[in-house]
Amino acid sequence: MVLNLTRSERQGAMIVAVLLSLVGLVMTLFGADGYFSTHGFIIMLAGMGTVFLVGRGYDAPEPSDERLAHYYDDPVKAGVILAMFWAVFAMFVGDWVAWLLAYPDMTFDAAWASFGRLRPVHTTGVIFGFGGNALIATSFYVMQRTCRARLPDQLSPWFVILGYNLFCILSVSGYFMGITQSKEYAEAEWYADIWLVVVWVVYFLLYLRTLQRRNEPHIYVANWYYLAFIVVVAMLHIVNNLALPVSWFGAKSYTIYSGVQDAMIQWWYGHNAVAFFLTSGFLGMMYYFLPKRANRPIFSYRLSIISFWGITFSYIWVGSHHLHYTALPHWVQTLGVTFSIILLVPSWASAGNALLTLNGAWDKVRDDATLRFMMVAAVFYGLTTFEGSFMAIRPVNSLSHYTDWTVAHVHAGTLGWVSMISYGAFYAMVPWIWKQKKMFSPRLVEVHFWLSVAGTFIYVFAMWNSGIIQGLMWRTYNDVGTLSYSFIDSMVAMHPYYIARAFGGFLFLLGACVGLYNIWKTMKVRTPAMVSDPSRPLPVAGVAAGSVEAGE
Amino acid sequence: MMEISHDLLVYVAKTHGLFYLVGFSILTLIYCYWPSNKKRFDKAAKSVLNDEDGPCL
Repeated sequence: MVLNLTRSERQGAMIVAVLLSLVGLVMTLFGADGYFSTHGFIIMLAGMGTVFLVGRGYDAPEPSDERLAHYYDDPVKAGVILAMFWAVFAMFVGDWVAWLLAYPDMTFDAAWASFGRLRPVHTTGVIFGFGGNALIATSFYVMQRTCRARLPDQLSPWFVILGYNLFCILSVSGYFMGITQSKEYAEAEWYADIWLVVVWVVYFLLYLRTLQRRNEPHIYVANWYYLAFIVVVAMLHIVNNLALPVSWFGAKSYTIYSGVQDAMIQWWYGHNAVAFFLTSGFLGMMYYFLPKRANRPIFSYRLSIISFWGITFSYIWVGSHHLHYTALPHWVQTLGVTFSIILLVPSWASAGNALLTLNGAWDKVRDDATLRFMMVAAVFYGLTTFEGSFMAIRPVNSLSHYTDWTVAHVHAGTLGWVSMISYGAFYAMVPWIWKQKKMFSPRLVEVHFWLSVAGTFIYVFAMWNSGIIQGLMWRTYNDVGTLSYSFIDSMVAMHPYYIARAFGGFLFLLGACVGLYNIWKTMKVRTPAMVSDPSRPLPVAGVAAGSVEAGE
Repeated sequence: MMEISHDLLVYVAKTHGLFYLVGFSILTLIYCYWPSNKKRFDKAAKSVLNDEDGPCL
């Protein structure tokens, strides 16, 4: 990777790495508490590791200008591998906490192994580690192709991808130690948050610079979705994480909001993390990879634009539906309900657009597990957005809130939609970026597909059942007017469902392991295509050749 | 300084907020269905199918 950097880029990388090491060193030496010093040490290690890596290739000859005739896919490759590692790690932790709920004694009396610490490790690992890396990697791929322009430089994409993973490592290691600012999906403390802002600004500028170099007059719609993801996540992250650190050298900080304002800001953030992190960016993925894999243009380009503005405009307002029956003013709750229902229109427009694109190509869906991943993703997207709008209605919410129904809903979205579309995009993209005709084993893609589908169904059905039972048990009264069931009764009733859920999660995790193995082997395969004339762009196995591979 | 009261926010949301939503939706629809944009959209939809050759130099 260093060999492909120019001299000035190597110098830039060295300066950033040295600065990072110094920041880490200062944090380690002057840290007011062990948490802060430990994180300083991790930052210093990251910086020094980079110094070593860049130093080793520093004096190597510069790459030739021939590279400019190709897209720059090295950071995409790194992003794919990192995403799959995070998937396996974080889904493992997820399955662990699932078993922990079924058998609560499994904490070994260790603080780090308690549910409260492992749970954010799971959520951060899957959302930011797996999802974030998948988004960054595919966005680098898509922006270059749709703009027909190479990334403007070779250093900033590496800064984004590695800097982002440093943020993920700081977050996750912090949760194990007990650091948290107690905001769901934003548990990382202030210094990690500031670092993410720096990385994110570079990411945003990189995207704009690539768009500026585009050779296509019109910006393809997938880029709009990716850009909405980048811009809105920046806005959400900054506003929700505004906090006052107790000291400049301590890990702890306090949010500047209080009471119901804090709750509203948190759920404005929380729901838009779902909207712009877990939806908008992945829709960008879908609008590029699905037409490409099916070798058919999107059913309606106009509809894709209408749904873009619909989603961008409506999602921002729905966060308050997380705070029904609270101190939040009633009209704000109603506003959230109203927009949640309006949201059904653009959401189903996207899901329908995807499925109608496949109309006429169902034979490909049958034969090609990669395309089938994307098809199932679109179906789950439609299902989950319908369910979400439904659950946002106040009386429905009174049954569903605080129960496992919410967990079922989230996992229908994350397993069924986000993961499936990512796997579909990866299986399409991996052979293309590693210049292979097909995946190492199309049969393993098929295995991964069925493990994922089975795992998702078992998981979601188990949680739907347990959620509704919980909700009903908590509101059943006897003749005297007191509750029929104690809370512990409802927990006993959940036990079989928790085992089923953990089993479903295990299947999904197994699928991720199969996927990582298959991608790893594809990366390592040496085929004649790799040793062809380097002066010409390599003939890439396009959709026509690749679309039947998984059915072979 | 004008105080941002609860009542003021409710008023803004129920009047200007509504018009903003409706106006914005109409503008989006006009952009989507403007006849001369159709050719550009069709071209964009098809262009992603063949983009692997490398960047335009």
